[in-house]
Order: sequence, then structure tokens, then C-alpha cells
Amino acid sequence: MALPQAKLDQLSARIAGLHFPSTGWQGKVRGEALERLTAMGLPGKRDEYWRYTDPTALTAPEAKAVEGRGEVAFDSIDAVKLVFVDGLFDAEASDDPSLAGVEIIRLAEAVTDIHWAGDLYGQLEAAGQKPVQRPLAAIGSAFATDGVLIRVTGAAERPVALVYRSETDASDVILHHVVRLDEGAEITLLESGDAAARLLTVMEVDVAKGARFHHVRSQGRTPDRLVATHIFARIAEGALFKSFTVAANGVLTRNEAVLDIVGDDSVAHVAGVAVGDGRDFLHDDTVFITHGAERCESRQVFKKVLKNGATGVFQGKILVKPGAQKTDGYQISQSLLLDGDSQFLAKPELEIYADDVKCSHGSTSGAIDDTALFYLRSRGVPEKAAQSLLVLAFLAEALAEIEDEAIAEDLRARLEGWLDRHDG
Amino acid sequence: MLEIKNLHVKLEEEDKVILRGVDLKVEAGKVHAIMGPNGSGKSTLSYVLSGRDGYEVTDGSATLDGEELLEMEAEERAAAGLFLAFQYPVEIPGVGNMTFLRTALNAQRKARGEDEVSAGDFLKLVREKAASLKIDADMMKRPVNVGFSGGEKKRNEILQMAVLQPRMCILDETDSGLDVDAMKLVSEGVNALRDEGRAFLVITHYQRLLDHIKPDVVHIMANGRIVQTGGPELALEVEKNGYADILAGVQ
Repeated sequence: MALPQAKLDQLSARIAGLHFPSTGWQGKVRGEALERLTAMGLPGKRDEYWRYTDPTALTAPEAKAVEGRGEVAFDSIDAVKLVFVDGLFDAEASDDPSLAGVEIIRLAEAVTDIHWAGDLYGQLEAAGQKPVQRPLAAIGSAFATDGVLIRVTGAAERPVALVYRSETDASDVILHHVVRLDEGAEITLLESGDAAARLLTVMEVDVAKGARFHHVRSQGRTPDRLVATHIFARIAEGALFKSFTVAANGVLTRNEAVLDIVGDDSVAHVAGVAVGDGRDFLHDDTVFITHGAERCESRQVFKKVLKNGATGVFQGKILVKPGAQKTDGYQISQSLLLDGDSQFLAKPELEIYADDVKCSHGSTSGAIDDTALFYLRSRGVPEKAAQSLLVLAFLAEALAEIEDEAIAEDLRARLEGWLDRHDG
Repeated sequence: MLEIKNLHVKLEEEDKVILRGVDLKVEAGKVHAIMGPNGSGKSTLSYVLSGRDGYEVTDGSATLDGEELLEMEAEERAAAGLFLAFQYPVEIPGVGNMTFLRTALNAQRKARGEDEVSAGDFLKLVREKAASLKIDADMMKRPVNVGFSGGEKKRNEILQMAVLQPRMCILDETDSGLDVDAMKLVSEGVNALRDEGRAFLVITHYQRLLDHIKPDVVHIMANGRIVQTGGPELALEVEKNGYADILAGVQ
């Protein structure tokens, strides 16, 4: 069915002038993404999937300029740093990308046919368009300014860190990354930094049998940023996928994770912590996990700390397909509202077509426990320190999802810093 | 050490008066017990002294070594040497017991202008105190009071007291929920802390705790006031005859 003219006009305005190489393998896969996009049109606030989060700023033709730059996380972590400035890879600012067992290719330079990437690019995104349409992800596949193609053939010795910098106030950046882990391979991928005034990313991750993928992301902290991210993962037999995101500030952040568990005995975890201060803050975690194999475990652990009118959104779904017996699905989304003005909107969903599964979900919002606060103070801990301790305690279950203690400590320290700065 | 004069307290949110002129003086080195029927204001007194929100002091004063307690924040009172062993110790998921204790100890030391205790010294101190209260290493690693039995929670309160070394200790129904053995252990912990520079205010319903922690002075509290003060024999009288006779005598 063709889109109404108004929708087509809106889409044309959004994609006008965007980067679109039309030749070679990229021309093919980007062309297919554009077709998907043209069939869907852009999301609107009447769409059920955008019920809590107004996508207007994300679909507007241009990004609003922002001032100020946030700091980059994971400085203390010994990683291969790949730096992107305003959405383009900066070789000079980056480390030498050679790492044993890992092949790293810049998307903008991947002109000749790279068969593994050609088979993957846009494919997981396309598969993830059902049953819910994700037009912004199709924009990411069609119009990415740059990105990386990472193939992991062994156990990577060091993490790869994608570092995003922004030098132009109104930068509007679209990135697309593809990560393929071969059988038994393992890598940790870090992402951090304020990429742009408006950032749209797609990351497709194919985790082959027995492979292990760890993803930890820190989403900058300039206050006016707009961010829409998408992770599409396919998880094979006995494989492990873990993704963790910490977000502070930002005017609108929508993080989507679409995980497709296709192999038996695999594990998929997606978790995050968001801290927001102020009426302009909106943070949305939207997760869709499909269990299509037996004896798999999935966990969603999302915690948000909201104050001064900030809004948190969580939409999380577990779909257990027929035959996906012995599925163990766990989902928890919680918010700590530090005042009466803030709000948390949650939509947990379970859809189960197998009869021997264990799935649980829980969602709560609450205030700081006054009794616990008094208990700490009565032992001599000053009020603000006691409050920080309780906030970090609230976040602990989510932070425990990070396996690497040095990385977890880096993020914990950043969160403590945030709490210090926002204690008023 | 602790001097309470004409203390009047009502609930902040409603028009309910709870303390109606409490006068009490606890000297250093002494153990005072407060007994009294339910609703007489015993626990409120302990909360007001330790700085819990929700109460309004309408008259009177409470000083610790001459310093006005009622004007201090809860944490300042702790740093000044006041400690309340809670009737219902609070569970704090996500905060490790060790982290909690160390944060508290160092915060108090910092407030008093003292150096922080090193990780090694702290560990040594806690191990020593924990051992005498039969608190094992596993309990110390767990989040504060989470999954602790009633007895473990009370022992944990006494451990905090032993580590923080307050001058003025208030024990709010520390015997509630304890079996005979646990009561003995807790009492021994308290008795080990008795010395000339430290005072105790022991709030209890029952004489049996006072068999283990021998008081110097016993007060009977009723209807928001101290209505009778005596020696240890007063507690025995309560045990034998209940409060009715005493209250009748007062009225």
C-alpha cells in the first residue's frame, strides 16, 4: 500500500541530502533499506510503538544545534579506540586498528565486496521490522554516513572502543555498524561520547555458535542531545550476548534492542541505567526479545533515576515461539523518582506460545526509602551521601550485569559524579 | 551526659501529642532503663533523640554533654556520639554491610575532624568485634540486614555500636524477637561496651533483658512522661505486678 502524500513529503524532507552511495554492494543493501523505509514512512506520535515518546524531533528535517560537549567514558580502559568526529571516522585520532583475531573495516571505505558484511548489512534490521516497524532503523541502514564492519574470528585480547566526538553544533549523524562473531569468538565493544546534536545508529550483531559478545555503552551527557539507537542481534547456539547502556541527560534518547535468539542453550542480556534531571529529559528503552530455541535465557534489567520532572519509558517484550521450551525469561524495569514531578511509563509484555517456560516480569516506580535514609543518617552518614548510596544501591542489580569490573567501576564513578552534580 | 528537660513532642502531620514533659538525666558510666506500657512514648523518645523526621518538638530540650541535640541533623548527632539501636533494624538491599559500616565510621570521623580509618585497620576492627558477637564473614558481605534473622539483625546493631563506639547508646527494645541464646549474646555485647565514659538508655518491656544488662536506674514511662524512677527493684516490681499498680499510684 502506497503511503499518503503527506507521509511521503515528510519522509522526503527528512532524507533530503543524506549520504547515499548507490553503487557496489552498499548500493544494493542501502537501496533495499530505502525501499523498506519508503514503504513504512516515518514514525508518528500516534503509532502505538511511539505512544510514550514523541518522535517528532527525531523525524524533523534538521537537527537543532546544541552547545557544549560531554566527556568520553572508559578512558581508563585499555582498548583499541576508533574515533568518529561528527559521524566520520578519524584515522589520525584513532588507534592502529590491528588486533589479533579481529578484522576492522571502515564502512565508508568498504567499497569492494565484503561478502560477510554484504550478507549481513541491513539483513538483521530488515528481519527486525516484524512484527513492529522501525523506520528509523531503516534510515540508519540506508543513509549511514559511516560506521565499522567488525569481524571477530578469535578471542579479542582487548576491547574495541568506538569513541564519538562532535565538533559541529548542529551535526546530524547516522552510523551503521556490523559485527560478526565467528564460532567461539569473543569481543567486548565499547561505545561512548556525544556523537552529535542528533544521532541515529544501527548496530547489527551476528553471534555465531558458542561466541560471546559484550557491549557496554555510555551515552554522553550534553543536555540537549537527541539519540535514537538500534541494536539488532542474532544469537546462535550456546552463544552469549550482553549489552549494557548508561545514559545521563540528553533531551530525548530512544534505545531499541531487538534480539533474536535462534540457537539452543544461548544467553541474551540487555540492561541499562539512565539518570535524568529536568522536564526536558526523556529516556526510552524499547526491547523486543524473541525466543526461538530451547533452553535459552534472557534478562532485561533497566533502572532509571528521575528528578525534577524527568520522564522514563520502558517498553519490553518477550516473545516465546512455539517449541522454545525451557525458556527462562526475566524482565525488570524500575524507576526511582526523586520527586513527585517525575514519571515512569512502562509497558512490559509477554507473549508465550510454548508450554514449558519460565518467564517473569516486574515493573515498579518508587521514591527513596525514608526509613533507610534515616537509618544511614542515624549512623552518621550525611544526607546527600546517604541518598547517593541508596541510589547506587537501587542501580546495583543493573550494574551487576557488566561482567568486566574495571568497566563497571568506570561507569559507577561516572554515576556518582552525576549524583554529586545533581544533588540540588 | 544526656539531659532531657520538659520535652514535649507531637506528631508533625497530625494533632497527636506523644511526649508531655519528659525529664531525664543519664550520667556517664550509667545504665538507665525505661519501661512502660505500649503507647507510653518510649520509642518516640528514642526517635526524637536520634533525629527522625515526622515529630515536632513543641517544648523542652535534650542535650548531650551540654550540646543541644534537637538542633542537629541526625548525622551530626551520630558524630557527636549518640547511637540508636533500632527496634526494627532496616534492610537496605544493594548496600553491603561492610561498605555501610565503613562509610558510617569514616563519615563520623570526618565530621569530628579525625583521619579516616584505613581499609586494613577497619577490617581488623570489624573482624574482632564480629567474632565476639558470632557474626560470620558471610553476614558482613551481605547487604545490610537483608535476609538476616531477627537475632542476626539485633546482633548487627550491637556490632555497629561496637565499631562506631558512641558515648550515648539508646537501645530500643533490643530484646524483642530474641530467643534466650541471642539475648545472652546481645547482652554480652552491650556489657562489653560498658565503661565509665559511656552511658546507656535501655528501652524494654520486660525485666528479662535487665537480668543480663543490669541497670543502675529504672524509669517507668506512661502517657508521655516519666512517672516513677527507682533502682533495679522497680523493674522486678513491674515484672511481678504489671504496670497497673504503679500507674494507679501515680494517678
